[in-house]
Amino acid sequence: MSDDAPTWPAELYEMLRRHNIRQVCHVPDAGHAELIDRCEADNEINVTTLTSEEEGVGLLAGAWLGGQRGVLLMQSSGVGNTINALALPNICKMPFVTIVSMRGEWGEFVPWQVPMGQATPAVLEAMGLIVYRADKPEEAADSVDAAFKIAYDSGKSVAVLLSQKLIGAKDFRAK
Amino acid sequence: MALHRREVISELLRDRPDDLLVVAGLGTASSDVASVEDHPGNFYVGGVMGQSPAIALGLALTQPERRVLLVTGDGDMLMGLGTLASIADQGPRNLGIVVMDNESYGETGGQKTATRGRVDLAAIAAGCGFGQTAVATTAKQAQAVYEMALSAPGPVFGVIKVAMESVPRVMGRPRDGGYLKDRFRENLLGYTQEPL
Repeated sequence: MSDDAPTWPAELYEMLRRHNIRQVCHVPDAGHAELIDRCEADNEINVTTLTSEEEGVGLLAGAWLGGQRGVLLMQSSGVGNTINALALPNICKMPFVTIVSMRGEWGEFVPWQVPMGQATPAVLEAMGLIVYRADKPEEAADSVDAAFKIAYDSGKSVAVLLSQKLIGAKDFRAK
Repeated sequence: MALHRREVISELLRDRPDDLLVVAGLGTASSDVASVEDHPGNFYVGGVMGQSPAIALGLALTQPERRVLLVTGDGDMLMGLGTLASIADQGPRNLGIVVMDNESYGETGGQKTATRGRVDLAAIAAGCGFGQTAVATTAKQAQAVYEMALSAPGPVFGVIKVAMESVPRVMGRPRDGGYLKDRFRENLLGYTQEPL
């Protein structure tokens, strides 16, 4: 790993460990690539690759019924797929945490990403989620820490948006 | 002669092992499961159509020592087809799925589902990589599906073709999601230091 590689993905992984996250499900995004790699290398964490993001809402509800904590990793374009499913943790008062890598908000070069990226905070809030946002590297782990606390201690649904400013436009997977 | 869903569910859950966990899909499938017994190991999904297979997957992954049975309808299963791929990919050996297939959206006026045409749910599950799949149109075939769903190494997938008929809703079952979740977790996990 080069010296200038970002450290926040490793910090997010440590936060998952600290909060005893055992189920990680995702539709992959470059913004989550290092975190997914670290989780897949961890025998204590089961990683499920989903066909569509809304499956993650159901899977994590089932995992909570079974007594384990989890997190859904997705890109902002996947948020729209989850909307009706988010009624499940809401109506059952279950904890739910998703970490969303943002597209379509800061210097986006793919126009198709812009509508959902721009709508992401509003639609999540409309479904009753608490929305945290990390714009700077030093905010990422703190935001995820706070999200796990309010979700699992207070039974809430929370989204942490990792802004495109934080992630950057290009592939930042640390080699 | 078509099978009747309430007779099917009575047979499926007859002599139910006390450690069996049942996820029931929305609509008539939840009423079916509740019509046998309102067991605390039942989780009735009251909405979020298409999500019951994912809920059953999450439960099966986290409770590998317990048998998990999903009972749902063809409409819910068609909306959650992608999850069949996710289930097969994860391969939980403790998960059985039974689809009560009346080839209709029974809650909304009986409009046809795709299973009334060419769509073969069991073939889709087999194509995803489920170890065993079966379709039952007779009582004898249905018995084999019950045994497979409850005890064969999973993930296994059975379709039982049932009549499109009106059956009583079981509205006395718990429908408050928070209560259902708390009851299910207390029954399964006992006291935990986690918040319910």
